[in-house]
Amino acid sequence: MALLGLSLATGQYSILSHADGWEMFRNVRVPRTLALVLAGAAMSMSGLVMQLITQNRFVEPTTTGTTEWAGLGLLAVMVVFPRASVLGRMAGAVMAAFLGTTVFFLLLRRVSLRSSLLVPIIGMMLGAVVSAVSTFFALQTDMLQSLGVWFQGSFTSVYRGQYEVLWIVVGVVAAIFHYADHLTAVGLGQDVATNIGVDYRRTVLIGTALVAVATGTVTVVVGSLPFLGLIVPNLVSMRRGDDLRSNLPWVCLVGIGLITACDLLARTIIAPFEIPVAVVLGLVGAAVFIALIIRQTGRGGA
Amino acid sequence: MSPEASAAPTTSVTGAPVTGHPAGGATPGATTDPGAATSSPAARRSGAFATPAARRRWWLTYLGVTGLAVCFAVGILVWKNPMEPGSRGFWLIAQRRLDAVVAMIVVAVCQAMATVAFQTATGNRIITPSIMGFESLYRAIQTATIFFFGATGLTATRTVPAFALRLALMVGLSLLLYSWLLTGGARNLYSMLLIGIVIGSALGSLTTFMQRLLTPSEFDLLSARLFGSIANADPDYYPIAIPLALAASAALLLYSRLLNVLALGRDTATGLGLNHTRATIGVLVLVSVLMATSTALVGPMTFLGFLVATLSYQLSGTYDHRYLFPMAASLGLLVLTGAYFIMRHVFYAQGVVSIIIELVGGSVFVIVVLRRGRL
Repeated sequence: MALLGLSLATGQYSILSHADGWEMFRNVRVPRTLALVLAGAAMSMSGLVMQLITQNRFVEPTTTGTTEWAGLGLLAVMVVFPRASVLGRMAGAVMAAFLGTTVFFLLLRRVSLRSSLLVPIIGMMLGAVVSAVSTFFALQTDMLQSLGVWFQGSFTSVYRGQYEVLWIVVGVVAAIFHYADHLTAVGLGQDVATNIGVDYRRTVLIGTALVAVATGTVTVVVGSLPFLGLIVPNLVSMRRGDDLRSNLPWVCLVGIGLITACDLLARTIIAPFEIPVAVVLGLVGAAVFIALIIRQTGRGGA
Repeated sequence: MSPEASAAPTTSVTGAPVTGHPAGGATPGATTDPGAATSSPAARRSGAFATPAARRRWWLTYLGVTGLAVCFAVGILVWKNPMEPGSRGFWLIAQRRLDAVVAMIVVAVCQAMATVAFQTATGNRIITPSIMGFESLYRAIQTATIFFFGATGLTATRTVPAFALRLALMVGLSLLLYSWLLTGGARNLYSMLLIGIVIGSALGSLTTFMQRLLTPSEFDLLSARLFGSIANADPDYYPIAIPLALAASAALLLYSRLLNVLALGRDTATGLGLNHTRATIGVLVLVSVLMATSTALVGPMTFLGFLVATLSYQLSGTYDHRYLFPMAASLGLLVLTGAYFIMRHVFYAQGVVSIIIELVGGSVFVIVVLRRGRL
C-alpha cells in the first residue's frame, strides 16, 4: 500500500517534467514529496502517541482541539509580530498546541467518562471554543479569509526555502522511536506502567511535548490535516495489535501512503488546478471514522 | 412573550405542605403518561420542589429574569430613539427595532428549549445540540450559494422559499440520522452524535475550500452571514419561523412530564412504562426542528443554548421540566436582549454581540467541564 503510494508519487513528477524539468524537479517536486512524507509520518505518529496516552481510540490532534490551539498560537504571533519568521510563528503554534493538549489530558485525568465516544465530542467542543477565540481575533484584524486558507492543509505552498522547517519533525519521529517502549507501557495505564518501572508522568509529558511540536510544525507549514492521526493507527492496530515498537514503521508507512494518495487525488481531479489535500483527507477520513464508530458500537463495546 | 401560561404548576402540594420532606424527588407521583388524572389528593405527594420556600424562590427568580428581559427589550425599542415619543417617525423606528426583538424572542426560545430537551434526552448536561452539524450545514449552504451564484445570488436568496428550503434541508438531514438510530444502524446515542459531528466536519472542509476561491469582497459579504447575528433575520421569514418555533416548543412543554421520566435514565424510564427509544427520538425530532429554525433564521450560535441551559439548572433548583423550560427561555431572552442593549449603548459595538456571547458561553463550558467529575 505504502510502496504503491510512493511509486505513484514518483510517477507523477517524472511525467510532468518540461525542458527545464530538472530545475523544477529540484525546487518543487522533491520538497513537496518530502513534505508529504514528513507531514504524513508526523501526524500519524502524533495520533498514535495521543491514543496511547489517553487509552482512547478516537483521540488525535483534530479531535482534541490541538490543531485549533496551534492555529490560535500562530494567529497570536502573526498579530503581535506581523514580521515574524517561520520559526517564530512555529514557536507560537507549538507552545499553544502544548498548552491546549496538556489542558485536555488533565481534563481527561480528572473526569471519568461513561463512554469512550464522549472524548472526541468534548474535544471537538473545546476546539470550537478555541476556534471562536481565533475567529474573534481574525475578525478584529481582518485576517479571516487568510486564516481559513492557512488552516486548510495543502501542499501547494511547499517549495524550496519554505519547507525546511519540517525537518524538525524527523527529530520528533526519532524521539518517538526512542521512547516507543515507554509509551507502550503508558498505554497500559498508570498503575501497570509504574509497576514495570516507567516514570509515568514524565513519559506523558514528553509524549505531549512531541505531539505538540509535530502538530505545531505541520500546522504552520502545511495546515491542518484532519483525521490522519485517527485513521492510520487504527488501521494498523486492527491488523497488527498494539505493540508500538513494531508498529511504528508501519504507522509511518501507512500514513505516508495515505497522504500521498490523497495528495495525488487532490492534484489530479481538477488538473491543472488542485484541491487542498485537507478536503480529500477530510472526506476520506470522515468515511473511515464513521466506519470505525460503527464497528466499535457493533461489537457491543461503547 | 414566553409560553408561561401553559407552564402553570398543576401538581402543587395540596393541603398542608409537608416541610422537611425527604429530598425533593424529580418525579411527581404517577405521571408516567402526560395528561392522566393524578390519584386521590389525600395521598402524600412530592411536587417539583423540596420546600415551599424553593417554590417561592423559583417564582421570584423567574419573574425577576423575565422582568429584566422585558425591560431590556423595551429599552432596545425606545432608548435613544431620535424622534418625539408618539410621533410617526418614532413608531417607524420602533417598528424596525421590534423586528429585531421578535427575532431575539424566537432564537431565545428555540435555543433554550432545544438545549434543555436535548441534554435530557441524551442524559448529558455537557453537550449541546448545536454540535450536531446544523452549523456546518448552514455554512455550507451559504458558501455554496455565493460560490455558484456570486454576490447577487446571496442577496437573491434572501427570499422565503430559500429560507424554507434551508430549513427543510437541515431537518431532513437530522431526521436521516435519527432514523438510522431507530433502525439500529447505530445502537448507541453517542455514536450517532459523533457521526453527526464527523459529517459536519467533512462539510466544513468543503466549505473552507469554497471560501478559498472567493474574492475578498465576496468573502466579506459572506462572513457577515456566517456569524450568528440578529441582523440576519428577515421579517419576511417570520410567518414560517414563528409558527414552527411555537409549535415545537409547545409540544416540548406538553411533553414536560414525559421528559421528567426520560431524565431518570433508560432502565427506570422503561420500568415506568415508557418506550425509551421512541420518546428519545420524538424529543430529538422536536429539538432538530427548533435548532434548524433558529439556525436558518439568524445563523449559527454554538454556546448560547449551553450557557442558558446551565444557568437555568443552577437557578431553578428543580429537575421538573415544567419549570426548567420557561426559566431557560426567559434567561435566553435576557442574555440576548441584555447583550444587545449593553453592546449598543455602552460599548457601541453591535457587530460582535454574538461572538461575545459565544466566548462567554464557551468559557462557561470549559469551567463546567472542569468542575464536573463525571460526564
